[in-house]
Amino acid sequence: MNISSALFLLVGSFLCISGGVGILRFPDFYTRMHAVGVTETLATAMILIGLMLQNPDGIVVLKLIIILLMTLFISPTASHALAKAAMHNELKPKLDQPEDNEKVKSSNP
Amino acid sequence: MLIAATIAILVVMIMAITRGIVGPTLYDRILAVNMFGTKTVLLISILGFVMGRPEFLDIAIVYALINFVSVIAVLRHSDASIFKTPQSVEKETEKNS
Repeated sequence: MNISSALFLLVGSFLCISGGVGILRFPDFYTRMHAVGVTETLATAMILIGLMLQNPDGIVVLKLIIILLMTLFISPTASHALAKAAMHNELKPKLDQPEDNEKVKSSNP
Repeated sequence: MLIAATIAILVVMIMAITRGIVGPTLYDRILAVNMFGTKTVLLISILGFVMGRPEFLDIAIVYALINFVSVIAVLRHSDASIFKTPQSVEKETEKNS
């Protein structure tokens, strides 16, 4: 029981740290949002499942399940709303440099 | 292992705060605040187990709801002009360069 809990907590911590590295090092808003939005849901689920395996009491597991369900609904909704607002206000994604040059060349003649 | 997870989440919160301070656009800051709030929910849950008081989970539930409402409430005003000023500044710099 304890080993499986430690395993879940370890995987959740690794996913959290990968999301943090992604939000620091990616070059663009949309890529940063990809890194955060993908890792956030799975990392939260992993850590909460690890906590559920830690203490098998009735009401505590029920509260953890409530937090898990709320996070699974809330996090993609917030990411979707943020991406829609950014697209609506015409925040451009950062494109590759060669592709940009080709576009300029093809649009010039 | 609970202590290790706590330290990892604290490190990730510092990373999110760094992006919130540095972030070039307004959306980066909103994203960083959203990530910070989610990690705060996790931190409160884990700290309850570390201290042996799982009653902290009630506070974690309330914090998750507050986090969602705050992000949606800020994005409700996304038609305002302050959401568009960084973009126009970027466009001008692109035209100049």
